[in-house]
Amino acid sequence: MQLYGTEIGSRLMLGTAQYPSPAVLAEAFRRSGAGIATVSVRREAGGERAGAAFWDLVRDLGVTVLPNTAGCHSVREAVTTAHMARELFDTPWIKLEVIGHADTLQPDPFGLVDAARILDEDGFQVFPYTTEDAVLADRLLSAGCEVLMPWGAPIGTGLGLTNIYGLRTLRAQFPDVPMVVDAGLGLPSQAAMAMEMGFDAVLLNTAVSKAGDPAAMAEGFARAVEAGRLAYEADPMEPRDMAAPSTPVIGKAFLT
Amino acid sequence: MKIMINGTATEVQAETLGAVLDELGYGDAKVATAVNEDFVPASARGQTALSPGDRVEIVAPRQGG
Repeated sequence: MQLYGTEIGSRLMLGTAQYPSPAVLAEAFRRSGAGIATVSVRREAGGERAGAAFWDLVRDLGVTVLPNTAGCHSVREAVTTAHMARELFDTPWIKLEVIGHADTLQPDPFGLVDAARILDEDGFQVFPYTTEDAVLADRLLSAGCEVLMPWGAPIGTGLGLTNIYGLRTLRAQFPDVPMVVDAGLGLPSQAAMAMEMGFDAVLLNTAVSKAGDPAAMAEGFARAVEAGRLAYEADPMEPRDMAAPSTPVIGKAFLT
Repeated sequence: MKIMINGTATEVQAETLGAVLDELGYGDAKVATAVNEDFVPASARGQTALSPGDRVEIVAPRQGG
């Protein structure tokens, strides 16, 4: 899978937040096989040095880093945060979040497009956290985005794919655009479904970090993502309403 | 002068962003900065003069989803 020209070996992307400990985080990443880790920037006090410690931990994971603008509600806030992240993590990649509603954490579509355009012109490679809205997707592509990250459900809910029709039509309208289902997944079966639908990858955090055994859940998701992708590539059968016997009818013994 | 450091009113002696970071103990910490909501790259901190009431944000790598 290529994202902005970078080859990524795994179709599972994993967040780094909310783990019980750094050791559990590292073990979850090891068993997930994830190729990309999302990270953020937050305030640091003088003499604290927590950022350096976390950065050492992330570097040891051996994965590609995708910083986010989580929690930003305005274009200016998101753009400034993206610049700070680019300097800290030394990458043009940015998972762009411009939040429009505090309860649902639904993206603000208007601010998202504006911020994406500004960041693209500033040389960023933008991964917009968006909805399944296909018109919005088109605007984001016009703003310079080469990857889209539609939500499955609101962040942290674990509800899975809440608008299957919307996601299916989005996938169909832009068949050549790399798309990552980001947020709202709670179970490996939901990740498998996204992959079976032809999405290129999934990104999750809470489903793994808040599981009773994060490392085991990470491996569960890894297997599901692989299974779902294999199924997609295998060209699944068409569903039908009426039964069709799989065992040959001809040659059946005539018994009454 | 009194400026806002990460949302907290703070009395500082230094007059540039770079000197304020040193004064507050950031030293060689891995941080990024913004003044009054605008990003200030590390290379520009030494020439960025601060005024009373300026809002300085100092951030570092953290966990994220």
